[in-house]
Amino acid sequence: MANRQPESRIWIFAEQRSGQPADVVFELLGKARLLAAAPGWKVGALLIGHNVSGTAALLENRGADEILVADNPGLEDYRGGNYLAVVDRAVRNYQPDVVLFGATAMGVDLASRLAARLRTGLSAHCIDLELNEKGELAAVIPWPGGDFLGRIVCPRHRPQMATVSPGIFDVPRSDFPEAEVLTIDGALNSDRGFYRILEKKPEERKPGDLENARVVVVGGYGIGARENWALVEELASVLGGVAGATRPPVDEGWVNADLMVGQSGRTVHPRLYIGVGVSGHLHHLVGVKGTELKVAVNQDTRAAIFDHCDLGLAGDYREIIPALIAALKEPRAGGDL
Amino acid sequence: MEMIVCIKPVPDPKQAGKMTIDRETGTMIRRDVPSVINPLDRHALEASVRIRERHGGRVTALSMAPDDVLPVLKESLARGADRLVLLSDRRFAGGDTLATACVIAAAVGHLGTFDLVMCGDETTDSGTAQVSAQIAEFLDVPNIMHVDDCGVSPDGDLRLHSRNEEGAFTAEGQTPMVVSVTADINEPRYVTLMDVLDSEGKEVLILSADDLPLEESWIGLEGSPTRVLELFEPERKSRAEMLSGTPAEQAAVLADRLRRLGFRNG
Repeated sequence: MANRQPESRIWIFAEQRSGQPADVVFELLGKARLLAAAPGWKVGALLIGHNVSGTAALLENRGADEILVADNPGLEDYRGGNYLAVVDRAVRNYQPDVVLFGATAMGVDLASRLAARLRTGLSAHCIDLELNEKGELAAVIPWPGGDFLGRIVCPRHRPQMATVSPGIFDVPRSDFPEAEVLTIDGALNSDRGFYRILEKKPEERKPGDLENARVVVVGGYGIGARENWALVEELASVLGGVAGATRPPVDEGWVNADLMVGQSGRTVHPRLYIGVGVSGHLHHLVGVKGTELKVAVNQDTRAAIFDHCDLGLAGDYREIIPALIAALKEPRAGGDL
Repeated sequence: MEMIVCIKPVPDPKQAGKMTIDRETGTMIRRDVPSVINPLDRHALEASVRIRERHGGRVTALSMAPDDVLPVLKESLARGADRLVLLSDRRFAGGDTLATACVIAAAVGHLGTFDLVMCGDETTDSGTAQVSAQIAEFLDVPNIMHVDDCGVSPDGDLRLHSRNEEGAFTAEGQTPMVVSVTADINEPRYVTLMDVLDSEGKEVLILSADDLPLEESWIGLEGSPTRVLELFEPERKSRAEMLSGTPAEQAAVLADRLRRLGFRNG
């Protein structure tokens, strides 16, 4: 205690929509609590919105020491500049050492602008965070274009900021001591930087959504053409699962960006993963967690994916997958006896 | 409408497998992998050119890159940009998103008044998706990401549709604004030889740090708050058990295992 200043703070941005905290908020709280294990560290959750006292109640036993609440009708919807004004003021007032955001649409947008306004560093889509005894944060990211991870630090600027991909960290217990709820200034002094929202439609969560799927079949660049994508979907469907993609099929326009699994896409937790024509870059693989069986089908026996899975099939997927679908569709031999 | 489209040369994603990383420096060793315009930036270009075709104005393609990729960036002129501005200076090298956005925003300001800055949502190489919002912050104008439809209302405001993991919304905002787009916004046009030939005479402007209102401490490595401490290999590596035999034989073995593990019940 003696050699630490008593007021070291890790903040997490408690993103909410219509009062419901994003899943990643709990994951961030869990990680922040672990990082703040050293004496003198406090975890704060920054909650911004309108009529969010109920939201604060949902967060109060999840590892935060304090919940800082800015409540104002002008904060009902996220419109960029309105939240930025409040977060900027709060950070200047309280001077947290670390500020973490979910790598969601809102989190990335807000964190990027805040980092630019404060002229500090922001690590994108982190998959792990470490805090040393000097209070220096290292953010772990899959390094672009390769099979390495990188440790990113922000030595001279504060706060140290990072966005964290949803689904990476564990959800914390719900029996932590109750957090202190503090009201902070939510006033909007100008309407600069705002846009008007004319209409909004919440996304309907489908039960077959990738995040919850028990089986995920992912197609990669090796699929080769949009017309071959049906094979990926059919295999997923035969297995009662959901099809996903790596980045190249999205960039090629074969599939919608919603299907992207990986660092800047979705994080999946299937029991069974089958990668078809997937090369095995870490950007993709960090989005696949907790798998019981990982299978890869790839023509290239040297593909990195074979170093990250349990079972490998080397060959042309256009022969293997139709044969697999046919074999899975066959009635089980002796199954009725 | 005065529009600026930010474009970035990236290693051809189709040949990403050929690249390796220099573990000491963290830089990509591109070998023979050619550069292309980042795929989403083509959609941003197309969106801006379509707005000009309907409402008039000018489209400027803007890129911060070494000058040897100029031929690659000239594709933007064939795609309909009226001029290309290249920000090229050794001192820009090593910049993180903050230093990059700072240079681009300074260039946008230097080029005069603007109504719209358009970017792709993210790039295929670093993919941080941070730069468009940071450009907007430095320019002190609103920004919207994940835009899949963009139009101009009768009174000259921008009308935008944006879709993210939480849902979709339609927004209206006054210019100037920064917008980043997804691939759903349009299908970039096919570039013909005529387009390429027609673009030959278009203006290309090359600017260095000295041409822009920048301080040395804002740009390149010096202007970057983040540092790469180290690169390391991930721990969990397990070599797969490789099945043998013809494709049909391998498929049969896998189907059998999946059934036994309960992944196929019927």
